[in-house]
Amino acid sequence: MNNLAKIRILSTGRYIPKRRVLNQELTEWMDTSDDWIKKRTGIQSRYLSTGEETSDLCSKAADKIVSNGGVRVEDIGLIIVATMSPDSQSPSVASKVQAHLGAVNAVAFDLNAACSGFIYALSAAEKMLRHMSHSHALVIGGEVMSKVVDWNDRKTAVLFGDGAGGVMLERNSDTEHFISEDLKTDGTRGEALVSGLSTVSNPIFEGETANGFLTMDGREIFNFVIKSIPMSIQSVMADQKLTVDDIDQFILHQANARIIESVSKKIKCPIEKFPMNIQHYGNTSAASIPILLDELNEQNKLFTDKKQKLILSAFGGGLTWGTLLLEIN
Amino acid sequence: MTTFEKIQEIIVDQLDKEESEVQRSTNFREELEADSLDLFQIINDIEDEFDIKIESEEGLTTVDDLVKYVETQLEA
Repeated sequence: MNNLAKIRILSTGRYIPKRRVLNQELTEWMDTSDDWIKKRTGIQSRYLSTGEETSDLCSKAADKIVSNGGVRVEDIGLIIVATMSPDSQSPSVASKVQAHLGAVNAVAFDLNAACSGFIYALSAAEKMLRHMSHSHALVIGGEVMSKVVDWNDRKTAVLFGDGAGGVMLERNSDTEHFISEDLKTDGTRGEALVSGLSTVSNPIFEGETANGFLTMDGREIFNFVIKSIPMSIQSVMADQKLTVDDIDQFILHQANARIIESVSKKIKCPIEKFPMNIQHYGNTSAASIPILLDELNEQNKLFTDKKQKLILSAFGGGLTWGTLLLEIN
Repeated sequence: MTTFEKIQEIIVDQLDKEESEVQRSTNFREELEADSLDLFQIINDIEDEFDIKIESEEGLTTVDDLVKYVETQLEA
């Protein structure tokens, strides 16, 4: 046991499929327009898999995370992949990533909390790693959302994209990055976003089998987010007696630029503190926060000389939501 | 403050408009160029302000529709 161990984020990485699809191209497949999508969501393009599976995206992201961190794969004791679009129920995406890396000492499993998955996975990994014998944990959010959305439903199909990103956690003796958190679930409102429905289908069942494409009640989700996320962020800040002035960046799940603007308004914090990349990628579900973290890292905006306080906050099907307060240097 | 004035204040704040642009007869979509997400946000703020529940945005075309809806809810 390592009760006094500290956990820090050592490295980041991402992998995005090559094929970029602009809003204009979607108009060839469905009745929509570039202007409509841009105005309501801020999305200008998304990247779609041309055949790569979720495990392919995650394995390629894992290669970068491992190499960016200079980590020996034998030192990885845990791999968690947050996904709502796995290749299969079994084996898990995390098992495939473990095999790809040859991380023979790693326990590997998937975690599904829809778009909140990466926040849940990071929180779980941080706690597990404190008590493990190996020193590193790999946490990835990866999705091929293009296979779970209904391409006949223009209200949802235009929103999502594919991609993977993640971080390497390291247990060490002097640097703690994880300060506070607030994770929540409200299953009573779960019907607002349903994906991958799998109904009973056996020889004695006489009912109909349902299709499993993603369905979403846009207004219900929007209302849920603009009520719950400001409250969650404020509770994490209050827990540490902080205000928005003390936070350097708010890294929110990239679902919709208008939602992020709305949250910034509600907590009375300038939108400049909310980095966004939704315009390029669309909503990549559990992958959106780690992709954004890796981009910020590339721009030298993550591990800076001065200690930064970051709020990571995500929301999604379940309903699930959660906020982490990190102090990074 | 009257119900109209409170609602006017919420709309002005959400849509970055002048008070003079938001009158009882003002049409959300045509005159204020508000889309469904704008309406959701306005409705959400009104629900918080008046502690009421607005079930659907259907039929809420003008500011007056919204004021009347809220007044009915408050009387109930």
